[in-house]
Amino acid sequence: MSKRIEVKDLNVYYGKFKAVEDATMVIEPRAVTAFIGPSGCGKSTFLRTLNRMHEVIPGAYVEGKVLLDGADLYGADVDPVLVRRQVGMVFQRPNPFPTMSIGDNVIAGMRLNNKRLGKAEADAIIESSLRGANLWEEVKNRLDKPGSSLSGGQQQRLCIARAIAMQPDVLLMDEPCSALDPISTLAIEDLIQQLKESYTIVIVTHNMQQAARVSDTTAFFNIAGTGSPGRLIEVGPTEKIFSTPDDQATEDYITGRFG
Amino acid sequence: MTDTTTAPPVATGPTVPPPQRPKRRLGDVIFSRLSSGSGFLILIILAAVAAFLLVQAFPALVSSPEVLKTKGYGEFWSWVLPFAFGTVWSSLWALILAVPVSIGIALFITHYAPRRLARTLGYIIDLLAAVPSVVFGLWGTMTLAPATQPVYQWLNTYLGFIPLFGGEASGTGRTLLTAAIVLAVMILPIITSLCREVFLQTPRLHEEAALALGATRWETIKLAVLPYGRAGTVAAVMLGLGRALGETMAVAMVLSGNQVINFRLLTSDNPNTVAAMIAQNFPEASGIRINELIAAGLVLFVITLIINSIARLIISRYSEFSGAN
Ligand SMILES: Nc1ncnc2c1ncn2[C@@H]1O[C@H](COP(=O)(O)OP(=O)(O)OP(=O)(O)O)[C@@H](O)[C@H]1O
Ligand SMILES: [Mg+2]
Repeated sequence: MSKRIEVKDLNVYYGKFKAVEDATMVIEPRAVTAFIGPSGCGKSTFLRTLNRMHEVIPGAYVEGKVLLDGADLYGADVDPVLVRRQVGMVFQRPNPFPTMSIGDNVIAGMRLNNKRLGKAEADAIIESSLRGANLWEEVKNRLDKPGSSLSGGQQQRLCIARAIAMQPDVLLMDEPCSALDPISTLAIEDLIQQLKESYTIVIVTHNMQQAARVSDTTAFFNIAGTGSPGRLIEVGPTEKIFSTPDDQATEDYITGRFG
Repeated sequence: MTDTTTAPPVATGPTVPPPQRPKRRLGDVIFSRLSSGSGFLILIILAAVAAFLLVQAFPALVSSPEVLKTKGYGEFWSWVLPFAFGTVWSSLWALILAVPVSIGIALFITHYAPRRLARTLGYIIDLLAAVPSVVFGLWGTMTLAPATQPVYQWLNTYLGFIPLFGGEASGTGRTLLTAAIVLAVMILPIITSLCREVFLQTPRLHEEAALALGATRWETIKLAVLPYGRAGTVAAVMLGLGRALGETMAVAMVLSGNQVINFRLLTSDNPNTVAAMIAQNFPEASGIRINELIAAGLVLFVITLIINSIARLIISRYSEFSGAN
């Protein structure tokens, strides 16, 4: 299930504006990779190139290669829609479909793939995905209630359930805890630890402790100044980045001496 | 929070300061008076119209059938029923024609068209809304009816076994279907521009959720845009329907309507609508006939009211899932 991502010489643009320059890195399977860096350095932008969500913004495009187990995501004959079915995404703000019930939210993606999902099959996927997202016990008696009737933390876990119901190869998370309280945050962090058994996980976070707690590898992005593109400064094992980083800018950032 | 406000005042002596009245600013006062005044005004106008209709219709509603037969148009309910039918029937077909097209245009403008084309289309649609209904009436009788007549003839010949297309096809093309097409064109702008506004309101977050699940553009629209805009779309359709039900001039010019109930769309024996019938008969009416015409207006008013209530019911049934909470 879990696949390895290789990014080679990636430049990311919003029209004429180059948001990320020359990023090269490897993201290992069955591990958590954290992206850290100051605001506006292009973490979200870079993350969204990994499932081709970047290009839904008018004028946005990339140069370079992103390989998923060796297959180029940006190959000429690759359908971005199919890429997004393999590479799931969880957003900063929980976004369950408000017009759907909790159960329907979970299988919304499955319904796109396989229109004739039987009732028994659908129920099985709903239960296993919700269990996978540690949400089953809390919602099993109200699966037909709207997704928006849950708390923020529950909604975020519902979104994770919706993403893993697709059985993706990779799970991308853009600041998944930034809208949540500490308890819900811990619940999601525990969940990430479980999920990395089966998925490649990439998480963007502004919380240094969180990066240190959950990730195996950390990538630090930085930006020289407004208007200049963000760059990938350093990537390495999390213990190393947080104890003896190679780059002075990384050390300044993680010790809070930034800017 | 509730405890502190509902607790009985405890006599704690002079330490408790007297409750301060919130300061009232002049701007706030003026604005709140103005807005509540407008709210009341709308109610008063509505009440005045309703009262006028009721009072003026009353004599016709209580008169005995004999009186109405000699001095009026005949027994009231059997007289008005064909016109009520014509109103609903022509508006229904106008909706059937206009709603899919309007939603399609609105989706095209908001989700498919390049920005410049979208803006141009938006202007054209708004321009269409500014065309007076007399012009639509002229266009309907002079251009649309002759142009569509061969089509009607064809439909009648080859699909005449379907009751809707049966009967004898009109030689002039001034049929109920023509009237419905004209009505559809007239209500298209309002439905389209409201739907466009509604679809633009879809949160980016929900559309991205669908896209990230691997939805195509059309699937994104089905998953995120249409469900989120359901209430707004129903409201837009209702406004369009309101206009179609009440449209007078264009129908009066296109349709040579009679007092019949006829479901066939292509014949020359067409039911007239309430509004057009009132406009055509009012100039010559006097006495109890005027009351009868006004009572017919009351019937139209009630039809509109009922349809709007049904729409509200539909919206409220889904309100839990509307995304507003
Ligand atoms: N839709 C867009 N159109 C144009 N420029 C954009 C767009 N989204 C982001 N940018 C620009 O790209 C750069 C990188 O933004 P990005 O959102 O990737 O930063 P980030 O590292 O995720 O920041 P944060 O930590 O605040 O989320 C910024 O300069 C931003 O202004
Ligand atoms: Mg970001």
